[in-house]
Amino acid sequence: MRTSPFTEEHDQLRSAIRRFVESELAPHARTWEDEGYFADWVIPRMGELGFLGLTVPPAYGGQGGDYWSTVVLAEELPRCGSGSLPMAIGVQTDMATPPILRFGTEEQKQSYLAPAVRGEKVAAIGISEPDAGSDVRAIRTRARPDGDGWVIDGAKTYITNGVRADFITMVVRTDDAQPNDPWGGMSLFLVDTDLPGFEVARKLDKVGMRASDTALLHLDDVRVPGEALLGTLHEGFKQIMWQLQGERLIAAIGGVAGARLTWQRTVAYTRTREAFGRSVASFQVTKHTLVDLATRIEAAEALLYEACDAWNRGEYDTERIAMCKLVAAQLAFDVADTALQLHGGMGYSREADVERAWRDARLARIGGGADEVQREIIAKLLGL
Amino acid sequence: MKVIVPVKRVPDTAGEKKLDPNDRTVDRDGVESVLCPVNEFSIEEAVRLKEKHGAEVTVLLIGPDSAQPIVRKALSYGLDAAVQVTDDAISGSDALGTARVIAKALESMEWDLVVFGNQSADARTCLVPAAVGELLGVPSLTFARYLEVNGDEVVVHREHEEGWDVVSAQLPALVSVVEAINEPRYPSFKGIMAAKSKPLTVKSLADIGVDDGAVGLGAASATMYEFEPRPPKSAGTIVDDDGSGAAAAQLADWMAEKKFV
Repeated sequence: MRTSPFTEEHDQLRSAIRRFVESELAPHARTWEDEGYFADWVIPRMGELGFLGLTVPPAYGGQGGDYWSTVVLAEELPRCGSGSLPMAIGVQTDMATPPILRFGTEEQKQSYLAPAVRGEKVAAIGISEPDAGSDVRAIRTRARPDGDGWVIDGAKTYITNGVRADFITMVVRTDDAQPNDPWGGMSLFLVDTDLPGFEVARKLDKVGMRASDTALLHLDDVRVPGEALLGTLHEGFKQIMWQLQGERLIAAIGGVAGARLTWQRTVAYTRTREAFGRSVASFQVTKHTLVDLATRIEAAEALLYEACDAWNRGEYDTERIAMCKLVAAQLAFDVADTALQLHGGMGYSREADVERAWRDARLARIGGGADEVQREIIAKLLGL
Repeated sequence: MKVIVPVKRVPDTAGEKKLDPNDRTVDRDGVESVLCPVNEFSIEEAVRLKEKHGAEVTVLLIGPDSAQPIVRKALSYGLDAAVQVTDDAISGSDALGTARVIAKALESMEWDLVVFGNQSADARTCLVPAAVGELLGVPSLTFARYLEVNGDEVVVHREHEEGWDVVSAQLPALVSVVEAINEPRYPSFKGIMAAKSKPLTVKSLADIGVDDGAVGLGAASATMYEFEPRPPKSAGTIVDDDGSGAAAAQLADWMAEKKFV
């Protein structure tokens, strides 16, 4: 038997999260998907249960667990039957708040991280803009000094949790890009969404992740205090590059966990579905198809767990994480697509949950750095 | 106030239950063991007594070394300490044998109130809490759907088919709770991790003054001679609805025949 990175405590956490997901979230998933918004009580409820601060030190209301505890959360959430929820929670726990713990002042940790852990404040991460997505250096939203604070102008788009967010961990330009400055004059800010000039311009309609509120945000002379600067001035690009490692890793974990779940459901369906007088599962073509996917799932998980082990020890390898993101995103979509094919008409209809998984999984190859961006990172690091 | 919550390790309630053909007791091999789901309710009630009255809560489990994860699981809800009675001689005990061990274990501990689940998810005899009360000569308030402690008095709503009776007793007393009593919480990860470092005392039968011969399969007051697995379910009746209303009549006849209506 292979060794597991999970302890008995992680297993108990897994069973608590699974019970919560199956009894409190899953029954509502279809409604939330149809309404295009998951209920506002979910985040405070998860905060109350301690699920939003598994790896956060107790001083900020967290549970003080290791990285594997957040892996457990990311692996269990896809069982809720909506990709939107794991994504929103991932943004809250592993994308928008880790920079506060790593770069923030004590006051920022108490005013943003601790309420996010309790589920009282919803967090979002603001990187993409109408004219800058994968190309972070092209960001145009700008903060200009104004007395003891800053005034921010610009727009952010495709922002997960963007409608419900209380604050946004935002990358903005604080200086023009200089040829000799590798970080391109960008800084991180914690921007409250109730400030004058901040506007949710639109909730975007999407092919999948329909229960998630993805927003286009306008910032029109939004004045923030000096304390809103997160980390070091002009070093935002470096900081966000670190943040993206955690974002990509947790997204990859959720993607592979979702793929495994879809695979299991497909096996179960093909065993009950009959064609030409025998079960669909009994055809060699079905078996080989499922075997190929199972093999890819196991291989991807091994690569991911190695990266998680490094991350847990405070280390990371950008090339490996890019590989995790690339392999997981493609696997998530390929498994969902094959699952839909094997479900046939049932898969294309909304009778089964497969079409939802298929629509949701498509985002994995775009969000958090598209496949092409991961390939560019890997190519560069391989010296190609 | 000192509270004790006796808990039981049971085979996974979702798994297939089997008897061991050799000694005709529950087959624990090949099926995952879990904390008895009824105990989640008794633990929740104890945790509430801890929150409300600052009660010190100790979990008590009778079972082999391999049951220790179940003790830790119980502790993860925020209980203070654990006592586990482990002895090979206990194996195969019936409800009365188990009650004897629990009663003696309780005699060796300090407590004001014992909160049981009303039954275990595997044996489902509902006998143990009352039997322990009888052996110890303390009041046992069983089938509680509500529990309240006022000073040195415990008040419960004792559930029965037509509603409930309000009954009370002076402490020390035993209570057994039914699943309607509360909504159990999930253990927090902090609680799960802290469970590892909570004190766990392991005792043998000799430690609590129980004679080996008084418990175990040999001392059981009932003997099982034979058992047969339940026959597989037969195919059901399929009622086709052709829209004429005949299906409804057929369904009603079937229900009447089976005495469901």
